[in-house]
Amino acid sequence: MTPAAKLTGVSKLYGSFAALRNVTLELPAGRCFMVLGPNGAGKSTLLRTLAGLIRPTLGQIEVLGTTPDDACSRIGYMSHATMLYDELSALENLRYYERLYFPALPVAASRAAAALTSVGLDPALTRPVGDYSQGMRQRASMARALLSDPELLLLDEPFSNLDTSGTAQMIALLDEIHRAPRAADAPARTIVLTTHQPQLAESIVHTVITLRSGAVESVEERAR
Amino acid sequence: MTYLRTVLHHLAKDLRLESRSRDALNGMLFFSLLVVVLFSISFDPTRAVSREITGGILWTAILFSTTTALNQSWTRELRHHSLDAQRLAPAPASALLLGKALANFLLVTILEVVLALIFIVFYNVNVLGNAWLLLLVLPLGTWSLVMNGTFFAALSLRTRSRELMLPLLLFPVSIPALLAMVQATQSILTADSDPTLWIKLLAGYCIVFTLVCLMLFSTVLAAE
Repeated sequence: MTPAAKLTGVSKLYGSFAALRNVTLELPAGRCFMVLGPNGAGKSTLLRTLAGLIRPTLGQIEVLGTTPDDACSRIGYMSHATMLYDELSALENLRYYERLYFPALPVAASRAAAALTSVGLDPALTRPVGDYSQGMRQRASMARALLSDPELLLLDEPFSNLDTSGTAQMIALLDEIHRAPRAADAPARTIVLTTHQPQLAESIVHTVITLRSGAVESVEERAR
Repeated sequence: MTYLRTVLHHLAKDLRLESRSRDALNGMLFFSLLVVVLFSISFDPTRAVSREITGGILWTAILFSTTTALNQSWTRELRHHSLDAQRLAPAPASALLLGKALANFLLVTILEVVLALIFIVFYNVNVLGNAWLLLLVLPLGTWSLVMNGTFFAALSLRTRSRELMLPLLLFPVSIPALLAMVQATQSILTADSDPTLWIKLLAGYCIVFTLVCLMLFSTVLAAE
């Protein structure tokens, strides 16, 4: 099976600072990965590189069997920023992004409302996202990442702004997303998430990758 | 057809954002009113002098005020990293530029309608030449400013002092267009000369720069 991502000797340099150092990893498809490490370890850089938002200075990167640019429509990325417009409601935001993925999609076939419901937000909410609480924004952002039914879901600190119940809901949602069968011929979904709270996601991950100073310190398999 | 649909989709989003925040339009109107009124008070022009200087003042006011709107239109994309979500979507990058340029074009056109009324009141302007030619000069001149301006505003997005960078990039590039706009407008107002050559120059400038900006935009958007 084609791995979800394969990095070979990937380094990302900003001047003399190395955000990633000679990272070689293979992420098999259909699994859930947790990337750990202190601040500045390169977790976000790794995710942004996998998403194709950052080009590696050195090394090769393959995502879903091709380049990150070519795989972009099959990748869902949620950063620690919401990537939503404050002036629009969550539904308006999602409909906008949905049309960028599926320009000819009829309104009746829109999945935006269903995506919001799946993260526990009411699609009928007309308030602009700017008036939402942090937790609601986080969930709306998650719904945006799920819109295109991605094969590879990259989540940068998905629990950072959530309270205890919100975190539990998010973990249950991730578990459901990961387990839910995709279309018959579609490959299994792979999730890569970063967090500073490893105990929260422990129950859903298969592999823990620890980064330190931009380099891979360890890769540990977990029994689920 | 899909491309056009995506352009219209970006356009609708930008107009919706502006209709809710009014950031760009309010800034442009206030700034251009200040310029026009200050010039009027400073020179107290007669009707004949007004016809000579109106073209210059009108386009200078539009150029300066447009820069405020252009920066604003991209600032929204940076606020919550929405631009990253745009980069991840499989929609063509140039459609984003074109949609944004069209939205800015409509906003500047609203500004021009207001300015035209103010010129009639403060400068006592009447047209001696073929007034209908202004219906060519104004849209062409506006398009040349907003297309280049939207492109250069995107180019300066990642610079530290982008507010300063935009005029530094845009104004020199706009000199040929500005010259054509001012000369064509003045020729129409005074009927002293034939504005056809200036209008052709302006149309050529619009075509060349629109194509160049559309072709280069994906590189600008992908820049780190």
